Amino acid sequence: MKKIIALAALAIVFTAQSASAQTTLKAVKDRGSLNCGSNGTLAGFGLPDAQGKWTGLDVDYCKALAAAVLGDPNKVKFVPLSAKDRFTALQSGEVDVLARNTTWTSSRDTSLGLNFVGVDYYDGQGFMVRKALKVNSALELNGASVCVQQGTTTELNLSDFFRAHNMQVKTVTFATANEAVKAYDAGRCDAYTTDASGLYAERLRLANADEHIVLPEVISKEPLGPAVRHGDDQWFDIAKWTLFALINAEELGMTQKNVDEMLKSANPDVKRFVGTEGNYGEQLGLAKDWAVQIVKAVGNYGEVFDRNVGATSPLKIDRGLNKLWNKGGIVYAPPVR
Amino acid sequence: MTMSEGDLAVMELRFVRAAMLESQPPPAGMRGAVGWLRENLLSTPFNITLTILIGLLFAWIVPDLIRFLLIDAVWSGADRDACRELVQNRTVGACWPFVFERWPYFVYGSYPLSERWRVDVFFVMLAIGVVWMLWLHAPRRGLGAIYFFAVVPITAFILLTGWRAIGLEPVDTVLWGGILVTIVVAWVGIVVSLPLGILLALGRRSPMPAVRLFSITFIEFVRGVPLVTVLFMASVMLPLFVPEQYSPDKLLRALVGIALFASAYMAEVVRAGLQAIPKGQFEGAMAVGLGYSQMMRLIILPQALKITIPNIVNTYIGLFKDTTLVFIVGIFDFLHTVEVSRIDPKWASPVTSTTGYAVAAIFYLIFCYAMSRYARATEARLGLSDRR
Repeated sequence: MKKIIALAALAIVFTAQSASAQTTLKAVKDRGSLNCGSNGTLAGFGLPDAQGKWTGLDVDYCKALAAAVLGDPNKVKFVPLSAKDRFTALQSGEVDVLARNTTWTSSRDTSLGLNFVGVDYYDGQGFMVRKALKVNSALELNGASVCVQQGTTTELNLSDFFRAHNMQVKTVTFATANEAVKAYDAGRCDAYTTDASGLYAERLRLANADEHIVLPEVISKEPLGPAVRHGDDQWFDIAKWTLFALINAEELGMTQKNVDEMLKSANPDVKRFVGTEGNYGEQLGLAKDWAVQIVKAVGNYGEVFDRNVGATSPLKIDRGLNKLWNKGGIVYAPPVR
Repeated sequence: MTMSEGDLAVMELRFVRAAMLESQPPPAGMRGAVGWLRENLLSTPFNITLTILIGLLFAWIVPDLIRFLLIDAVWSGADRDACRELVQNRTVGACWPFVFERWPYFVYGSYPLSERWRVDVFFVMLAIGVVWMLWLHAPRRGLGAIYFFAVVPITAFILLTGWRAIGLEPVDTVLWGGILVTIVVAWVGIVVSLPLGILLALGRRSPMPAVRLFSITFIEFVRGVPLVTVLFMASVMLPLFVPEQYSPDKLLRALVGIALFASAYMAEVVRAGLQAIPKGQFEGAMAVGLGYSQMMRLIILPQALKITIPNIVNTYIGLFKDTTLVFIVGIFDFLHTVEVSRIDPKWASPVTSTTGYAVAAIFYLIFCYAMSRYARATEARLGLSDRR
């Protein structure tokens, strides 16, 4: 195992050198398309629809990035990656950006050679229970049986949480999420646990979704965000500011619909944002109207959220922590200035 | 011969039938449906027990299956509400509108809408080739072989990947999916593995040490690692060692991996056939002055391949189902497109997953059963000489 890691590390160093010979921005522009590593199998984040077109929160981020860099949100090649090969794909240069519901952790940020550009979704492990159980908090789950998919960090978090609160738990494990949900629906467990975003998706598959609630507590921090390779700061900046632009657009009240009117706005913040004042786009190595392109392509962060996972999507996930900082959430972006 | 008095008396009474008797049908219990039942299902107490057990098994499974797939099934609807018991107020079986809506995706994956006719043309070309090769009374089968092994692969490659010079927009293999990918992977595996497997099998029995060593090493190495590992190495490790621009296409990597993997197994199957040929056949062939290639082509391989047909088809069927493993390297084969579709929240309901998997099961059953039936017919045809 150690040998493999050493070999992989060597390879990473080697490819990092060959990759840095040409900047990612130039490579993307020459190629005329952005290679985006994404998840093809997660509802709301990355999933092909009936026409085979990719949809989701992560997918929209890549479209925004393509709009900012190439001026066209459709110039994205989505590379479906599994949880196992996603980091190699980024390290080896197969993809330019990894937007695949990846949890930002210290080890990934450092030893894997990644730079996380920020958080596009604050997730966390939660519980789903039957309303009939009259449980309003995860702390009332003492002695409960919980259905969980085996071999994931989910299982670990579950036992940690119950141990930390001196509570008894009976875990019932299943090889796949599908089986775990089926068993929960059949009444084999009192609760089902996975990441909160997944809970909402799974809830729809139950016989009667309205009989079940997602408890408010999250027992782990899962900040999901896009990542780029170490060693190309310009590309890192572009990826980062694409995310910030989405968030700033919502804060400034810019939407896909009103973006053209906003070009005439007298608000200095908006003027800087849309590029009618200053040269903030050029500083990034992009066009003056980079932010306008982003908003035109996918809308602001709130629109992206609502369309894919929020109120107007079938998932109907509560925005919770993912509200803007001035609306009770923790989503915040530095200003364009 | 002398006759006594008594004998003569009997002689008088002797009766000789002049007309043939009408042949009588066998007793009622031995013919028709009853006779068939008695002979095939109820011949011994052991068979009677087996028949009852299997009958019970069918009675247990089939009605439920029919009820789920047909009687309780939903046939039309626009989204998940159509397939939810609470909304419909009845027992809900298979959710067919989900399959209807997703069917194009199951067939083409993300292949661009405007270019999908190219995939259709490929399917038709391949179907013509398969029929031409497999239907014994087809005209000019020699031409069919050229068509199947040369014309179709080249045209299919140009057609599916695109060629700007003749106005076909290039389509990245990342966009390929569904039945298209399953067929392409299985077809390449099947077409490559038999000739390569024969070469490897001959190489393994070759008196030349270098060739033998290479064949043995290759076969034993490939058979020693799981297919998943081969695919995983190809997709995860390979890109680390070659610069990005020279890194081969993801689908191509999987194709090569699967083709080589199937070849190693095929080599062992063919070798088993070669071992079964009596030494006299080799010696006889040499005695009449045939060279190595003539001996193999005219005497040995026809016999060896004939006795290995069941195993060859067995390997093909295994290969066809192994194609589903390409999903772990992010290629959307048929099963994976079903997997992706069942997650779609638009159709989320308790029966969606089951319906999707049922469709997948039916699909693989049809293909594998067809292969197996054709192989049995071929076996029966080639085995005529042994049953004389």
